[in-house]
Amino acid sequence: MYIIIGGGGEIGYYLTKSLLKQGHEVLLLEKGALRFKGLVEELGQAVVRGDACEARTMEEVGASRADVVIAVTGEDEDNLVICQMAKQHFNVGRTIARLNNPKHELIFQKLGIDITVSPTRSILSLIEAELPGTTFVSLMTLKRAGLEIIEMRVPVDSPIVGKTLGTINLPRTGNLALIIRGTDYIFPTADTKILADDEVYALVSREGEEALRTALGTSL
Amino acid sequence: MKIVILGCGRVGATLATMMDRAGHTVSIIDSSSDSFQRLDPGFNGETILGNGIDGEVLVRAGIKDADAFAAVTNGDNRNIMASQIAKEIFKVKKVVCRIYDPIRQSTYNELGLESISPTIVGAELLFGAITGNKPEALHERKG
Repeated sequence: MYIIIGGGGEIGYYLTKSLLKQGHEVLLLEKGALRFKGLVEELGQAVVRGDACEARTMEEVGASRADVVIAVTGEDEDNLVICQMAKQHFNVGRTIARLNNPKHELIFQKLGIDITVSPTRSILSLIEAELPGTTFVSLMTLKRAGLEIIEMRVPVDSPIVGKTLGTINLPRTGNLALIIRGTDYIFPTADTKILADDEVYALVSREGEEALRTALGTSL
Repeated sequence: MKIVILGCGRVGATLATMMDRAGHTVSIIDSSSDSFQRLDPGFNGETILGNGIDGEVLVRAGIKDADAFAAVTNGDNRNIMASQIAKEIFKVKKVVCRIYDPIRQSTYNELGLESISPTIVGAELLFGAITGNKPEALHERKG
């Protein structure tokens, strides 16, 4: 595959090295003169000095034959434009953007960026998963459908402890898929009774997450 | 009409003053409070300190009930991202974006984002002032 990477920071550097090792054709674009000098010593011809937002630069490095363009600069607006220009101007099939502000996920998705990666969000969810007493963890995002798979532990003081699912007013924007109780698994029905410390796995939409947290008493 | 302007540089401050004088409700955003000194002393609009690609800042500026949004910071990409947020998330009816780079400007026009390139407009004016003629349209190289 021919992969163009915009932004020669630490992420761009290690990404280029790893992808080269895997045998891909990789080109890293870095616009800063000083940083470029450092990179070129190690990566040689795989680095070109230039701005991945500039159509002329992208043309020189053959963007129209790139299979993937990855934007990993420290500015979200630059990453957005790199990906949109690659798609619209050079018909690149797949674009991947780094998100510095996790709140920008929605707009990137709406604007057609294929994949977004947010280090801030990843680290946050790891911390959430590790913290004792944490009851709500996002396991996976299904981008196209706008759904999330979440795991939560029902707190002892949750208002739904001891109630059956049929009697609880759960949001329509979510679906409880599985309950793990000790070592047993339960596929929930309307008659399933919720107990404290049940581990619940659910599919929820963005709007549904907060509603479900509220229903289970795990609201932040 | 209610207009939100992003960027209080020379163009942003002048546009804000013009709009204010024409009787429109103006709020203007900039990330540096010093920039607001460029506004006319009699400016009646609101000034908001913050980053224009942050949805919360745009909401504070009243984007939710704005009729128009103009992005005129000195960064093309910042203008492009803020304009698309205004258009796609907040559904502002009239969004205009300044993009210096002519290639980026024509690409985003194709994508349906109304944008103006002062580079082309300025060069054409200068060409006209020097020669008295209109320049031929530049051929855009497309990848």
